[in-house]
Amino acid sequence: MSKSIADLEEMARKCRVEIVKMVHRAQAGHPGGSLSEIDLIAALYATRMRIRPEQPDWDDRDRFILSKGHASPGMYAVLAEMGFISHEDLKSYRVLGGVCQGHVDMKWCPGVDFSAGSLGMGLSFGMGCATAARLDASDRRAFVMIGDGEMQEGSVWEAAMAAAHHELGNLKVILDRNRIQNDDFCEEQMRMFDIPAKWKAFGWNVKEIDGHDMTEVMEGLDFLEAPENCNGPSILIAHTVKGAGISYMENNPSFHGAAPNDEQFHQAMVELGEVEA
Amino acid sequence: MTRMAATRDGYGQALLDLADNPKVVVLEADLGKSTKSLHFRKAHPERTVSCGIGEQNMLLVGAGMAASGYIPFASTFAIFTERAFEQMRNGVARPNLAVHLCGSHGGTHTGTDGSSAQSIEDLAVFRTLPNVTVLHPCDDVSTRILTTRLAGTKSPSYMRTARNKTPVLYDDVDPDSIQIGKGIELKDGNDVAIIACGVLVSESLKAADILMQEGINASVIDMHTLKPLDGQLVDRMVERCGAIVTAEDHNVIGGLGSAVAEHLVANKFAPLEMVGVPDRFGESGQADEMLDLMKLSAKYIVEAAKKAISRK
Repeated sequence: MSKSIADLEEMARKCRVEIVKMVHRAQAGHPGGSLSEIDLIAALYATRMRIRPEQPDWDDRDRFILSKGHASPGMYAVLAEMGFISHEDLKSYRVLGGVCQGHVDMKWCPGVDFSAGSLGMGLSFGMGCATAARLDASDRRAFVMIGDGEMQEGSVWEAAMAAAHHELGNLKVILDRNRIQNDDFCEEQMRMFDIPAKWKAFGWNVKEIDGHDMTEVMEGLDFLEAPENCNGPSILIAHTVKGAGISYMENNPSFHGAAPNDEQFHQAMVELGEVEA
Repeated sequence: MTRMAATRDGYGQALLDLADNPKVVVLEADLGKSTKSLHFRKAHPERTVSCGIGEQNMLLVGAGMAASGYIPFASTFAIFTERAFEQMRNGVARPNLAVHLCGSHGGTHTGTDGSSAQSIEDLAVFRTLPNVTVLHPCDDVSTRILTTRLAGTKSPSYMRTARNKTPVLYDDVDPDSIQIGKGIELKDGNDVAIIACGVLVSESLKAADILMQEGINASVIDMHTLKPLDGQLVDRMVERCGAIVTAEDHNVIGGLGSAVAEHLVANKFAPLEMVGVPDRFGESGQADEMLDLMKLSAKYIVEAAKKAISRK
């Protein structure tokens, strides 16, 4: 945890640059959810995950499951920053034979712990990892990132109920609450009412933060690592902005799954401080 | 007197046999009493994970455990495995994680619960998934042996077991003769080959006896593994008999009959008659009544055999 807040913010900025480059290069992909999640994933990997990038299949590593697997550019950017893959590998995003498959895939990319892409699956898989860790008497953790739209999948709640029943204190969820899903704002597609109350009612430790304020992100990760009820699973509800960091993508449902054109790409690089205006 | 037993009991016994391996874990979805995983639960509660009535979660908890070095055996009714089909597809088969899914109470033979509990499509849907081995053994002995063999494989599987008792065929056989992917020739004939799985294997033996009385000498194959199909054995039957019948308590679309047909058209060819559920849902009835209603019992296999021979 030697990284300063400024260091983490710079890491996240570099990841944002890569996210936009990947999606622009492929002219396809999911920038909005990658940009909303990136501060959280960058901080998690840089300061909490017990991992060995040179040995990605180390048995006793912490697991990270990106259940919203379409937001893969964010994860690939972090994996490159951490040294699991090279920055050159990022050019393989959505390219035939590339390690950076369209959705994160454990069979293709070192450092990916679950082949996601179909929503509502990662929490259950994480529960399996957490259960296995307990059987192994290991203190390794399973971190799972889910999206808010994803919570409309019923299987999320099967897993939420089961993880609390089994008192999986080593299961830690980050909710990327960016308020937008594929077609529109979540509020228009399917209202979810009081999300913290839902998770509390399922028996989870719950904390809410601003998912783009790195100081709050660190406090949130502190909570995940040491929740009030250490025998229960925990969820960090991170309020985020879809497309965060790129003005024309922010809060814009069009950039859930669309690539910027050349002009928009240039503007994004300017806004991220990569090039002069 | 032939011993009678249900294949689900063989599954339950196999889990106990496997318990010496500390990596074997059992996952349940509130039907352990029915699928017979309850025996393992009683003996090893610490290695049994209750997933409540939540099959989708169960499959992926299994995937997470398999990815962490465990060997999960998950079971529920065959019909409810289908509810978790996409979990099996995307979370288990696609990353090729060795989760072993067992669907008990498969087929119309399940009986009086009626059509909602009688899976007639499970073998078809799981057969379409890359990496997945599909099994449907015919008695408790072979179920027990094949289940224990699954623990040594590196890829996922689906095994259907049956609720009701059927004749036991493999008491006192050499366990080495029962291998995943290898059909078993139970009766050696040269006029027609009846290739069957599950509860229809014993019906096929009955049919062969009836045929023998009429001077027709039928081979009977227990094709307990639908995928990978024992194509070499099918080829040998084609060469020797020149006429094939398949028999399964499963929709005639997509199951064993289809698997054999897919093989025949691409290899050595022979006329094929398929005995299976005639693309309709079942209803409440006793197991034997269902086999008659669905035109699956021995007399229908006899009819199919004669028809196949007539087409030579």
